[in-house]
Amino acid sequence: MNKGTWLLGRLAQIVPSFVFIGIVVFVLARLLPGDPVSAVLGDHATDATVARITAQLGLDRSIPVQLLHFLGGVVQGEFGTSIAYRIPVSRLILERLPATLILTGLSMAIALALAVPLAFIAALKANRWPDLLIRGVFQVGLSTPIFYVGLLLLTVLAAWAHLFPVGGYGEGWGEHLWHLFLPALTLALSFAAVLMRSLRGAVLDVINAEFVDFARAKGLRARLVLGRHVLRNALIATVSLVGLQVGSLLGGAVITESVFAVPGVGRLMVESIFARDYPVIQALTLVLAVFVSLALLATDIVQMWLDPRVGK
Amino acid sequence: MSLVVRDLRVVFDTPKGPVWAVDGVDLEVAPGAVLGLVGESGSGKSVTLRAIARLLHANATVSGEVLWEDEDVLAMPPDRLRRLRGAEIGIVFQEPMAALNPVLTIGLQIDESLEAHTELDTKGRRARALELLDLVGIAAGGARLGQYPHEFSGGMRQRAMIAIALASSPKLLLADDPTTALDVTIQDQILRLLLRLKAELGMGLVLVTHDLGVVAQTCERVAVMYAGRVCEAGPVASVFASPRHAYTQALLRAMPGEGARAGAKLVPIPGQAPRLDRPAQGCAFQPRCTVSESACETRRPSMETDGDRRFACYAEARL
Repeated sequence: MNKGTWLLGRLAQIVPSFVFIGIVVFVLARLLPGDPVSAVLGDHATDATVARITAQLGLDRSIPVQLLHFLGGVVQGEFGTSIAYRIPVSRLILERLPATLILTGLSMAIALALAVPLAFIAALKANRWPDLLIRGVFQVGLSTPIFYVGLLLLTVLAAWAHLFPVGGYGEGWGEHLWHLFLPALTLALSFAAVLMRSLRGAVLDVINAEFVDFARAKGLRARLVLGRHVLRNALIATVSLVGLQVGSLLGGAVITESVFAVPGVGRLMVESIFARDYPVIQALTLVLAVFVSLALLATDIVQMWLDPRVGK
Repeated sequence: MSLVVRDLRVVFDTPKGPVWAVDGVDLEVAPGAVLGLVGESGSGKSVTLRAIARLLHANATVSGEVLWEDEDVLAMPPDRLRRLRGAEIGIVFQEPMAALNPVLTIGLQIDESLEAHTELDTKGRRARALELLDLVGIAAGGARLGQYPHEFSGGMRQRAMIAIALASSPKLLLADDPTTALDVTIQDQILRLLLRLKAELGMGLVLVTHDLGVVAQTCERVAVMYAGRVCEAGPVASVFASPRHAYTQALLRAMPGEGARAGAKLVPIPGQAPRLDRPAQGCAFQPRCTVSESACETRRPSMETDGDRRFACYAEARL
């Protein structure tokens, strides 16, 4: 099997998984306590009104028909209307999505920029003071809750030192990045800690491999031995972790966006849960699940590129 | 002499305490000569080889002298060491599957060696890489350059590793048991290849092996190692014909014979290799030796020289 067919197979795999996610989201929405009709109308509506709204929301039809209708809508990008905002859910999500994507993307970049060099230093100085220091600091980062780290950074860097804005999103790319730096850093710290530990372990595994000795025996520069022979093999193990972490990164965005008042989908999710805005919750769950699937697909593609044995 | 090793010692620092893996080894290799370094697993032959190229890791302490064309290898600065490795001394490892980087093409693994040690441009390096594959007997080199190690068979991988080691025409090749991972017919092909290359390129060869048959077939001189020391050294023919160390004799008796010795009964060596974390006071081979005397237990025999033979055995006269 060559790489092309492998990739096609992997893409085909994603279609049934999206359908499955859709079904789960649909069922979950029906399992939530309370029902959307009383959420729209309140407790004092007449029976006639309840019947009218039930029909309007399509809830009088059988469950399989409702499911097909829901999935059909999803395929067309139609998620219904937000109960709280009274605008189409798709428009609401499209408005809020960029902030979250910038936030998670930026925090991933920060995490990689912190973790990769520090993991190398820690592994090369294993069990000596630089290693112990790096691991110690990250241990603290890993064991401190995200909202606490966020509040701490807010207080010190934004409120006292006035280096960053306290919250919000700003206008235009430059302001977006500036406003989102602190929340991204907050989100990045625990991610960087996980990444650093994994990569340090992978580097330690690879650095004693026979092929690294052989690379040295060829008289290559130390930089080339590390950057080409060690890093590439160590990354293979770590890349899959990055993909798996995208889910918790998005979960962490829910908290971080609330702490820093970022108008992203994470905060929208929290608001919608409090407002029992079922169409929005349903659509957001689906969108986030799709992003996690795409992240895993991207991981597999990167892994295939790094490791020629994948897909054989 | 192109390579001279004097009183080489390697101590490994392990969580359970020091291990004296190499304990005072002397070796000499003349330009273009073939030296066999033979011994059983754990005798220190591979460690000796790696110590010569300074490839041991931080947990090893190396002392003694390694002279390459009168230059002290153990004192070389990093830049000089890098030029030595690859450009002047090539190294071939035991397991090509482990020694080749699984995620890089064979072509790149040859190319980076050429890039480090030659002035050739991209085109010149590719031509040289093809020439090298042809030299080690890999056909259709152009297609092979773009392939990864897992796409090669065991014998082809070892050929590829030899091609990499030869990339910048070293004057000496250190081969660490290069045939042990291969089946017998391929073993023979690889040995013939090494001998042909040695003759064609005029380079010296140090061949580490546990196989006396390989030594008999390929080497001019042999050094027999036991428990981190050389117990006997000399020209292969005379050492094999009349061993002057009890261990060499025992090894030869355990080996299926050819010619005059064909059909002789095989005698296994009793016991097992000694522990290197607790060095013996006397001769390390004494507990397994069938001809030992009381002095063997208490005092280590010193190396004696007789013409081109060297040996360290009290029982030498009675063998």
